Amino acid sequence: MALSGLDIYKLLPKTNCKKCGFQTCLAFAMQLAKKAVSLDKCPSVGESVRLKLEEASLPAIRLVEIGTGDKRVAIGQETVLFRHEEKFYHPTAVGLMVEDDLAAAEFGRTLEQVKALTFERVGQQIGVDLVALHNKSGKTERFVEQLKCVRAAVSLPLVLMVSSAETLKAALGLCASERPLAYCPKAADLEAFIAVCKEFRVPLAFRASCLEEFSAATQKAAQAGFMDLVLDIPENTTTERLWQLTQIRRLSLKKGERSLGFPTMVVVNTAVESEAVCQAAAYIAKYASILLLRTTKPEHVLPLLTLRQNIFTDPQKPLQVEPNVYPVGAVSQDSPLLVTTNFSLTYYTVLGEIESSRRPCYLLCMDTEGMSVLTAWAAEKFGAEQVADTLTKFKLADTVRHKSIVIPGYVAMMSGDLEDKSGWRVLVGPREASGLPAFLKNLPQG
Amino acid sequence: MAEELKLVTTWSQSVHEMQLGATRQEGGSRKAALTVGGEGALPFLFKEGALPHKPLIAAEIFDVPQDDEPEALRRDLKGISGDPVSWAKAMIADAGADLVSLKLAGIHPDGANTSAGQAVSLVKKILAAVDRPLIVLGCGEAARDNEVLPLVSEATKGERLLFGDAVQENYKTLTAACIADGHNIIAESPIDVNIAKQLNILISDLGMPANRIIINPTIGALGYGLEYAYSIMERARNAALSGDKMLAMPFICFVGQESWRAKEARVPASESPAWGDAAERGIMWEVVTAMSCLQAGADILTMRHPRAIKIIKSEIQELMKRP
Repeated sequence: MALSGLDIYKLLPKTNCKKCGFQTCLAFAMQLAKKAVSLDKCPSVGESVRLKLEEASLPAIRLVEIGTGDKRVAIGQETVLFRHEEKFYHPTAVGLMVEDDLAAAEFGRTLEQVKALTFERVGQQIGVDLVALHNKSGKTERFVEQLKCVRAAVSLPLVLMVSSAETLKAALGLCASERPLAYCPKAADLEAFIAVCKEFRVPLAFRASCLEEFSAATQKAAQAGFMDLVLDIPENTTTERLWQLTQIRRLSLKKGERSLGFPTMVVVNTAVESEAVCQAAAYIAKYASILLLRTTKPEHVLPLLTLRQNIFTDPQKPLQVEPNVYPVGAVSQDSPLLVTTNFSLTYYTVLGEIESSRRPCYLLCMDTEGMSVLTAWAAEKFGAEQVADTLTKFKLADTVRHKSIVIPGYVAMMSGDLEDKSGWRVLVGPREASGLPAFLKNLPQG
Repeated sequence: MAEELKLVTTWSQSVHEMQLGATRQEGGSRKAALTVGGEGALPFLFKEGALPHKPLIAAEIFDVPQDDEPEALRRDLKGISGDPVSWAKAMIADAGADLVSLKLAGIHPDGANTSAGQAVSLVKKILAAVDRPLIVLGCGEAARDNEVLPLVSEATKGERLLFGDAVQENYKTLTAACIADGHNIIAESPIDVNIAKQLNILISDLGMPANRIIINPTIGALGYGLEYAYSIMERARNAALSGDKMLAMPFICFVGQESWRAKEARVPASESPAWGDAAERGIMWEVVTAMSCLQAGADILTMRHPRAIKIIKSEIQELMKRP
């Protein structure tokens, strides 16, 4: 947990000796808090204070990386409880569990399904991040055989859900360099698993029965020099798991509880797909760093990946749509032309209303740097001049032959100016997108 | 083992409790009243404060047929949605909705333009057919709503229904009617916590008790701006629990209406094979939108598809399992 300037000041000698180059210890402390100077400038500070400051500069929740290369997944290092306080940094890694005892044909089919789970939404590629091979057979040989098949078929980082440290060792002999996440299901085996993971330098997720047990285990692991841990929340009611996820996040962020400052994992085991989707949605919203699922159907996975995209969007940097002219429906040269901003919420709301009106239209999306209609207008990103320039830039006179444009009702005041600057006829649309279906219904052809 | 690891937030205030529906003894005709709100903690954190009431599901129905229903709704509501009265009954009896949300879309001057008398008579018929509380929504055209909703309000005086939506530009007429006739009111704000608070103050200033106002934060569907309202709700609920009385209202989220507008809920599998089964996808769009609203603190979810309602109802039961 980062210390404030005052917290640091309390640790300094308070002699105002000026040897650090600052007039007072307080001024020096303030600069230390901003990480603008090094503590080395202070000649009188002791080793214990140095350690304290070093520890405080570590992230409250450890960052753990799984996999290598461009499919690498980073989880943890979150800084807030609510996304509006800042943002959530590392999206929940969604993984699919595959059993090692499946027959060859079904195993292959499942892997193909997993590979297909990647989608494009709002200009971003969203997909499943991990494949978890589960050692249901309990046999090492079987696990290693199937691991080979998985690695041949899928390039995603792996979770090795093995039954014993021996199986883990055999599996890591094959793929340790790909930095898979090992998984220890039983507290009794933890020491042996840690020894193997330390040897092969791979991260380890482990299950414990309660927060106190997690805390004791991570402290023990830290003493053994192993910190690359993920806390796997045990099977329980959704509500109890949400409580534990919330407590882990809170205790590490608000109380500086280092022994719980690790990413979390939730395994959604239910065979009822709709239940799995509901639970998974709750865990994406509330603090799961890794989510392992069994359903491989796109109609179940797509909504969850979409939710993850929503929740992990930076609230300070709204998603933007690429400025362009977009045809909606079966457009012709006589279709109405509407203009809006490239703030994605505005754009998609307008798009939705045009679609529900069932009237084919062209939608001109202006570069307003992600601002909504009124904000963009006030910031002079959505005025007569900009719209006129964009009409020329995208050669809209070639796209439609009626030379008229519908502007949002909120910027009706620019219509005269826009007609003068562009030579286009300007029609004032409704203030809210919800008025578009009625507006378009009554808008004459051409 | 070390002492228990726990960090419990102490909150200074609970959300107002809103009663929906009035029984005979209370001057209405409902079999039982329902209550929402009253939260003294963040969603489902039972160890931190009282969460006395489960979130409710209101089935969204319309007075006139909707011509742009997505395929999954058209098919699964076939033979049900033609008549609003039997539709209301079926959603309570078969789908398991807790109450009904009737949108008077037909009164819109650009739509079917049905009369105020027809609206009043329909609401009375639904009240006679189902013994649950009712949510009555206008068509969204301010002038028309101001004509019709006060008449519906008067005709159902004492039933303690929930009327909506009051907005910053048009709240006085509906508020006055709801105060006079003993109903609750929905205060709608455009994904803006300050306007939400401002509108609650304006409505209260007219004499409406705070426990008869519910906030509609204007959610977007999953993938269509869901995260904006999600964070507005989290901010408002944190403020409410920290002592802000004018944000301490329950939330109503129009889940069905929004989620079935999403492209992913409408596009057939033939157009987007990679997205999987279209009907199940639409239902899941509604389900995941609803689950997110619940995690942000929703008290009433309005929903469309019978299967989505069943799934969320059972999930609410699971979430309300107290430790």
